[in-house]
Amino acid sequence: MNKILIVAEHNGSQLNPSTAKCVTCARGIPDASITVVVFASDPIEVAKAAATITGVSQVLTVTHLAHAHPIAALIAPQLATLAKEFTHIFGPSTTFGKDLMPRTAALLNAPQLSDIMLVESATRFKRPIYAGNAITTVEVAAEIQLVATVRTASFEAAPSNHNSAPIESVNSTASLPSHTRFIGTSAARNGRPDLQTAARVISGGRALGSAENFNILYSLADQLGAAIGASRAAVDAGYAPSDMQVGQTGKIISPELYMAFGISGAIQHLTGIKDARTIVAINKDADAPIFEIADFGLVGDLFQIIPELKLLLKTAQ
Amino acid sequence: MKRILVSIKRVVDYNVRVRVKPDHTGVMTDGVKMSMNPFDEIALEEALRLKEQGFAEEVLVVSIGTADCQQQLRTALAMGADRAIHIQTDADIEPLTAAKVLLTLIDREQPMLAILGKQAIDDDCNQTGQMLAALWDRPQATFASKVEISGDTARVTREVDAGLETLEIDLPAVITTDLRLNEPRYVKLPDIMKAKKKPLDILELTSLGISINTQLKSVLFEPPAQRIKGVMLKNPQELVDALRRKGLV
Repeated sequence: MNKILIVAEHNGSQLNPSTAKCVTCARGIPDASITVVVFASDPIEVAKAAATITGVSQVLTVTHLAHAHPIAALIAPQLATLAKEFTHIFGPSTTFGKDLMPRTAALLNAPQLSDIMLVESATRFKRPIYAGNAITTVEVAAEIQLVATVRTASFEAAPSNHNSAPIESVNSTASLPSHTRFIGTSAARNGRPDLQTAARVISGGRALGSAENFNILYSLADQLGAAIGASRAAVDAGYAPSDMQVGQTGKIISPELYMAFGISGAIQHLTGIKDARTIVAINKDADAPIFEIADFGLVGDLFQIIPELKLLLKTAQ
Repeated sequence: MKRILVSIKRVVDYNVRVRVKPDHTGVMTDGVKMSMNPFDEIALEEALRLKEQGFAEEVLVVSIGTADCQQQLRTALAMGADRAIHIQTDADIEPLTAAKVLLTLIDREQPMLAILGKQAIDDDCNQTGQMLAALWDRPQATFASKVEISGDTARVTREVDAGLETLEIDLPAVITTDLRLNEPRYVKLPDIMKAKKKPLDILELTSLGISINTQLKSVLFEPPAQRIKGVMLKNPQELVDALRRKGLV
């Protein structure tokens, strides 16, 4: 019997879809029971959402004012205490999970497997290395407790349905350190969909030429209800903030539709988008590497093409 | 002495297009260019800047691996590190083992700060800094894009999925670096000569009393699945038609 513990990612009120993706990954392990744990200052709404995910058999909540913002140094000791009786402890391979899971693994003296992309058995998994240029199959001995992060782009979210797993509040005996204090966050998404979970993503590269020119992408994105991304070159040039960066060193995404404008297609960018269902590339350079992996390519000047697309999409609607 | 410890890893250079061996036992590394892991270079640059600003007196660099690692340690000394320690081993070292090794050095050297790259670009694990912070029972500020020291605390801006997050941490602590923390300096020729005279100590990993059993065994290596090249379209009208046929717009 495999007992899997998944750490819920949430923003205080809503469950992040990465949690349901971890559940799908966990369901790939045979003969498993799946428990989701929610650390929050007020976990009830998030716990209720987690309890409806198909495959979840139990939801645990740990309530503490200090969990209003997720801080790895505070969550890890409590997670490690709860994790003792589980065979596998999973978290999403988002910045939340990447920060938290290794700290937890070390407290458990357990190894961590990063970025599970495929489950072959309870002890055999696939993961990408070298920025996705190679895939390795990793085996772990059955008696070893395994901590892992789940590559969210590799799994569909498990559906929510009439499942209503029992919700249980637990008290952790671990003491919370005071050496790490949350100061604040800053984000500027202006009501646009989240890049990591959006069905459609519009991205711009260095060819946009300036931060102002990115506005032409924003208006197309808003027309399509799409999230906005950028290449590393565009971020490095200061045209777009770093949280918009798509690629191996930024966000790895798997939208239904990905449209790349003026992005040549460096390996590290392609690594971040290759799980997208449909890729569209628009570039002046007919030899740009991105055309090698695009489902639809169009050679031309994005400053002419985008207004035409906007008009065509409008008349189409 | 106020000291910053920086760990560096020798990896396949980021410009090399890595290929899987035909027999699927690994990736081809024979004869390819090796370099300091780029995130570790950023970690070292940050440590050097903190020293130059007067927050630290010594920058100590550490690398775990084969004798070849000493090349990267010499590069680090040429960039400006004061002293280097090479932990010699021919074994593949998992992040948890690396963290335990670094902890033994921290016990000896008592640094105010350990700065690590957020991940190595070979195994892409993104674990060692967090594991070290846990074993050391000290704060961690991962994926840093800005570090400000003030007295016994540091304010660190972190690149998180939602944007930027700021934490205040008590020192000593572990910081891991993201790409935009700084731009590492270039090494100048006279500094390469000077680096040859800087101390580089060698310790056998086995002398530290840490077991190096591999718990995660990589049994197979494969190239990634390739996307198939699609169709080139002539104009925006064709693109909109194609997207509409797939129900995407």
